[in-house]
Amino acid sequence: MIFKEFNPLDDKMLQIIDNDGKVINPELMPDLDDETIVKAYKEMLFERVADEMAVSYQRQGRMYTFPPNQGQEAIHIAAGMNMKENDWVAPAFREMGVMLSRGVTMKEMFLYYNGNEQGSNFSDPRAKNVLPIAISIGTQYQHAAGIGYSIKYQGLKDVVFPFIGDGGTSTGDFYEALNFATVWGAPVVFTIQNNQYAISVPVSKQTKSINLAVKSVAAGMTGIKVDGNDFFAMYLAYKDAAEHARSGKGPVLIEAVTYRRGAHTTSDDPTKYRTKEEEDKWGLSDPLIRLKKYMDAKGIWKENEKELIAEKKKDVDKQFLEAENFTPYPLSDVFDFMYVDMPDDLKRQKEEYEQFLTWKENRK
Amino acid sequence: MSVMTLVKAINNALDIKLTEDKSVVVYGEDVGVEGGVFRVTEGLQIKHGVERVFDSPLAESAIVGTALGMAISGLRPVVEMQFDGFAYPAFNQIISNVARIHNRSRGRFKAPMVIRFPYGGGINALEHHSESPEALYSHIPGLKVVVPSTPHDAKGLLIAAIESDDPVIFMEPKRIYRAIKQEVSDDKFSIPLGKAKVLNEGTDVTVIAFGAMIRECQKAMVMTKEAGISVELIDLRTIYPIDKETVINSIKKTGRLVIVAEATESFSVGSELIAIANEGAFLHLEAPPRRVMGFDTIVPLAQGEKHYMISPEQIFYEIEKTVKF
Repeated sequence: MIFKEFNPLDDKMLQIIDNDGKVINPELMPDLDDETIVKAYKEMLFERVADEMAVSYQRQGRMYTFPPNQGQEAIHIAAGMNMKENDWVAPAFREMGVMLSRGVTMKEMFLYYNGNEQGSNFSDPRAKNVLPIAISIGTQYQHAAGIGYSIKYQGLKDVVFPFIGDGGTSTGDFYEALNFATVWGAPVVFTIQNNQYAISVPVSKQTKSINLAVKSVAAGMTGIKVDGNDFFAMYLAYKDAAEHARSGKGPVLIEAVTYRRGAHTTSDDPTKYRTKEEEDKWGLSDPLIRLKKYMDAKGIWKENEKELIAEKKKDVDKQFLEAENFTPYPLSDVFDFMYVDMPDDLKRQKEEYEQFLTWKENRK
Repeated sequence: MSVMTLVKAINNALDIKLTEDKSVVVYGEDVGVEGGVFRVTEGLQIKHGVERVFDSPLAESAIVGTALGMAISGLRPVVEMQFDGFAYPAFNQIISNVARIHNRSRGRFKAPMVIRFPYGGGINALEHHSESPEALYSHIPGLKVVVPSTPHDAKGLLIAAIESDDPVIFMEPKRIYRAIKQEVSDDKFSIPLGKAKVLNEGTDVTVIAFGAMIRECQKAMVMTKEAGISVELIDLRTIYPIDKETVINSIKKTGRLVIVAEATESFSVGSELIAIANEGAFLHLEAPPRRVMGFDTIVPLAQGEKHYMISPEQIFYEIEKTVKF
């Protein structure tokens, strides 16, 4: 376990490859075969392609507001690779790659962001323990602590993976969740995706802490600061954290230092609050570029990237069209899921509305 | 006079109060550098400085709790909750502290503060971005709750809210943030809290609405006019304290009541208005009062909003039914 070497109080960041893909900490290099590394890169690439396409559908006016993931793929794919069948995911709203790795489909992502709750009704059984996207900031951290308690109570060996952004660490829910999870020794691997901004507000205005991983210290829990754009570092952090949690040693807080290369959402304009120079500087540590450089140096990347992208685009487009042509939202969907046992008054409201619709139809 | 949208009018009211009263401070998530996600506070930080208009860390509870601290120690904070559905973490502070500090301290402390937020649906937004929680706040003793429907009213009511020594929840209809443009005086003026406005005098039926639903009612009134129905349209403007006098006088005149609001129907402002009608004008009622309100469901995501949002046609349908009763 690497946690002892990376005490958040020392502000050391776990890093294995540099921006040129060169291995700078060979002793920490996780034991991954070439095939697995190539597969991980492909997943990161696919997340990016799907993400770019989502933004473009939104720009074409074919989809509503979408929060881009670009730049944060290493975190997502490394997390997914370290999950087991029954592990839980409690996403915020910028973890598309994690969700995809658990069997959530792009069609479902598109449905959700196109304003249909059916997009949270994941069809793949692998996604059975993936919670719906959480827009209300920080709440999911507490659910994760509760799920962790439940796992422990039931004598299971599963782990919970909740995610939050840097802004979310200012909420009470965040601190309370860390405290509860630690008191309970709950098997939770908490991730903070520190992508430097909560919409327009930089981390420096959220906290004066030396880093975000240090927020684990007061709770008495294990924490680590990791280069979130370094796939290998993220892989190692998740591997050790999952093992730590799964073996009953309690929760871990991972701060993944990254950069949101896109806008907060498609409604946001980052030029209002950050500079081109800053964006370019972070662009140099882009997780895809770094991993690609590593693979090139090692000579393990033999695929035709252009073809792969074209193939993926085709698949994403197919899924988008399926979402776009999904059954029109029926009136019953507004009512049917509010209760397990629907109150009569709700049935009355629906009937009265249907009477209005009949009147409207006859009036034409 | 200038042509203003609601966004501009609110910005102008904040600017006027920041300029004339050094105790006013404005803060919340993204309100400073960015000028708010809807640009309501745009330019205010540059003009009034980072100590008076600033970005806070992301924590609604702390935004409201610290504002109360400021309010009881000499400042007049105007804080923003980024969206209706994001304000709930602050509920404990609002209910347990903001609304009752004056009573708890037997008047030793006051809470002259405003909590602003955009509310309401119809903009194809994400989850938690389309809610109308006016009844939740109106049910809390100690708060005043204001909802403007025009740029002019937004400016005058916000200035009155900032000058109020009681805490005010100021709900801004985001759907019409930019949809309505109006000539508004550049000078300072205020509109008293607690006073409804009769927008249209009529004799057949009283229609009461507020916020974004006023515009929908006005569209419905094109149809009622064609049908020969004379509608008295009342804009509540302040939900609490509610203007019972205007409401009761109107019902006494028309004998019929239709309430139009986006919020869920049960235990709502509509429910309260029907109680007021029964208590104050029972013998004048000629038809059962009718609530044209949201279903008792969560506001659906964008695709489902077509079923949820109240249309002018639906308003007309309900008015006609009430009049024909």
